[in-house]
Amino acid sequence: MRGITHARWAAGAVAVALAATGCGGGSSDSGGGSGSGGGVLSSSWGDPQNPLEPANTNEVQGGKVLDMIFRGLVRYNPKTAKAENMIAQSIDTKDSQNFTIKLKDGWTFSNGEKVTARSFVDAWNYGASLKNNQKNAYFFGYIDGYDKVHPESGKQSADTLSGLKVVDDHTFTVKLNQKFSGFPVTLGYAAFAPLPQAFFTDHAAWLNKPVGDGPYTIESYTKGSQMQLKKWTGYKGPDAAQNGGVTLKVYTDNNTAYTDLMAGNLDLVDDIPASQLKNVKSDLGDRYINTPAGIIQTLAFPFYDKDWNSSGAQKVRTGLSMAINRKQITETIFNNTRTPATDWTSPVLGSAGGYKSGLCGKACDYDPAEAKKLIKEGGGLPGGQVKISYNADTGSHRDWVNAVCNSINNVLGNGKACVGNPIGTFADFRNQIGQHKMTGPFRAGWQMDYPLIQDFLQPLYYTDASSNDGKWSNKQFDQLVDQANAETDLPKAVSTFQQAEGVVRDNMAAIPLWYQNGSAGYSQRLSNVALNPFSVPVYDEIKVS
Amino acid sequence: MGRYVVRRLLQMIPVFIGSTLLIFLMVNVMGDPIAGLCGERQCDPATAAQLKHQFGLDQPVFPQQYLTYMGNVFTGDFGTAFNGQKVTELMGTAFPVTIRLTIVAIIFEIVIGIALGVVTGLRRGRPVDTGVLLTTLVVISVPTFVTGLLLQLLLGVEWGWISPSVSPEATFDELILPGLVLASVSLAYVTRLTRTSIAENRRSDYVRTAIAKGLPRRRVITRHLLRNSLIPVVTFIGTDIGALMGGAIVTERIFNIHGVGYQLYQGILRQNSQTVVGFVTVLVLVFLVANLLVDLLYAVLDPRIRYA
Repeated sequence: MRGITHARWAAGAVAVALAATGCGGGSSDSGGGSGSGGGVLSSSWGDPQNPLEPANTNEVQGGKVLDMIFRGLVRYNPKTAKAENMIAQSIDTKDSQNFTIKLKDGWTFSNGEKVTARSFVDAWNYGASLKNNQKNAYFFGYIDGYDKVHPESGKQSADTLSGLKVVDDHTFTVKLNQKFSGFPVTLGYAAFAPLPQAFFTDHAAWLNKPVGDGPYTIESYTKGSQMQLKKWTGYKGPDAAQNGGVTLKVYTDNNTAYTDLMAGNLDLVDDIPASQLKNVKSDLGDRYINTPAGIIQTLAFPFYDKDWNSSGAQKVRTGLSMAINRKQITETIFNNTRTPATDWTSPVLGSAGGYKSGLCGKACDYDPAEAKKLIKEGGGLPGGQVKISYNADTGSHRDWVNAVCNSINNVLGNGKACVGNPIGTFADFRNQIGQHKMTGPFRAGWQMDYPLIQDFLQPLYYTDASSNDGKWSNKQFDQLVDQANAETDLPKAVSTFQQAEGVVRDNMAAIPLWYQNGSAGYSQRLSNVALNPFSVPVYDEIKVS
Repeated sequence: MGRYVVRRLLQMIPVFIGSTLLIFLMVNVMGDPIAGLCGERQCDPATAAQLKHQFGLDQPVFPQQYLTYMGNVFTGDFGTAFNGQKVTELMGTAFPVTIRLTIVAIIFEIVIGIALGVVTGLRRGRPVDTGVLLTTLVVISVPTFVTGLLLQLLLGVEWGWISPSVSPEATFDELILPGLVLASVSLAYVTRLTRTSIAENRRSDYVRTAIAKGLPRRRVITRHLLRNSLIPVVTFIGTDIGALMGGAIVTERIFNIHGVGYQLYQGILRQNSQTVVGFVTVLVLVFLVANLLVDLLYAVLDPRIRYA
């Protein structure tokens, strides 16, 4: 903002032409809310990778929009991450396997359609069906009949999930194929959102301009450039938008978004570039937020490689964990936007939700002497060297992998004990992991889908689970997870999950590195800005002056 | 002349086929594009198989995938990007933006580059010449992203003269600075090229004759000196059109311009073969046409160069 005033007289012939462009940039942000509760704010955005459908959106950028235009049965409290009933009046079960879901009256989609039990059942059937190619289909995997609608290979033998039954307009029942006490908590995930009939009757039109039942409606959507969302004045829910709307602008580079924020061209950046972390406090002061998110970074191991699955390998893994100076790396590389991990979940769960600080114990403390001893006892590093694989295309993975390797090398007194193994693209990285081509530890990041300890353990470490990329398998762990899922009492379930987490620790199935924070910065026009536990801004609560 | 044009057009066919095939193979060698689609989680096998089938990735790359693809391209179907958009739709939004950016850049090259070249060429060894030579040396040696970020920071944030990022509409006036940044290196080359060429031709017989005939200085320079000296410059600028369009990745990223460079970058990051191959195919065509035009322009500039 500094120079804008003296720009007038300083402007020479060229500058006049250039200055004209300055006015063209922020066309939408200054437009008032036309009496619908405050102004419109602009926010940085990334181009969603998949078509915007609830069951097809598995990344943050698309999820951001769904969170604004949809409300589901359950919503996670933006502050505490606790699952609270939204459209659901009640979700009842006696055996953790059969659920009766009753809906509140009066909810509608922004096109006027009523939200009924059918809106949910149809949406879930659509999401689960193999022929619709929905990337989040596995979320419906617990519902009875999923194997018919979405077989692992071949053609589907049913179009609808047999476990879903509509009782009346406001009631439906869900039968699961196994006991799962945490099921109601998962229902806040976007994949479980209700869909209006318009979605099924004119799918292409819906994709061009999605219609939901949330506090915002989509005013216009130019794919790849920007989306204008407006406050929906007809919204009856308890969390109506406090601002007139949000303009999401696509940025390819978060550095440009940050520059735009500094120039007063943008109101909100929800991803501070790593290179700016050093200046962000002096640039923004208290308009910089840095809060925990449900993300943990770990190093996974290829257990399909016998070198890493031998009897001594467990000691080597633990030794490697102890050789990593987490505190120093989070401070120097990440400027404290990450916190050294001491368990395998995330602090956003809270202790009631399953987070247990220090569960990892000594195995996560930096202890060079013990680390060296353990690695030696375990038979040394397989092949004399570890290679940490990571994708080099995004994030600052190169920086921290090198730091982790340095830490290990220093401990072992061998400059070549650990090296990074960059892989060009994320797709290729995932590809090699999927084909089990990893020969050493590899980067694994996990962002929770829903705030439940189960989500941090079962998908990652259960035998043959969807994200068990290292193919770790342990009978005791599987048993404890099954037991925890069958538990009807949530606190009991949580403590059983923590026992299972203990098995992960004792075997060091993956090395926990750090919990990731969400970081954001905003302009002086905004107030009441916060990030939810998924590191997405709580848009509906932002006030624009 | 007519036969020459036909021969040139025929030569373009193998170049086109060869380059697209190469790109096609290169993109596909990078591994399974579906693997990255599901995020940190492995796609479930059934959905992955279904998606592969949908994008035609379950067939051998060569010749099936390539032939189907090329067959579709000739009917104007460039396939579908992973986000469900038609690649032609992406091109429809990206190319106009990049073409505008390229036009701005080329205008800078022609106007500033040639003007500076003529001035310095006529005043060899003088302070102006040395000054411009030094400046161009600096411009050439500093990478585009440094120039871009620096100007963005100074003009956009510190002084507030311009908006640091370009709006989705990307109008001509917004593209002035990005165009200058994109043009900067080529501009320096154009200046140096023109300078050398002018300085050389200044001492040639025909210029001496023209001066001896008593022609006005302005006419000697524009009609005699410049016309001949511009031949290498025109070659350079012509081939540069393609280079600028494809090489705008850095500039477009800095100024958040949603053009060809942006789409290519996204396509490569997400390993979206349909987008990458589609855009590169069009870029190859642009290169070829630009080269053809350069060759034809030769004949116009210098009647001595007449191909059979």
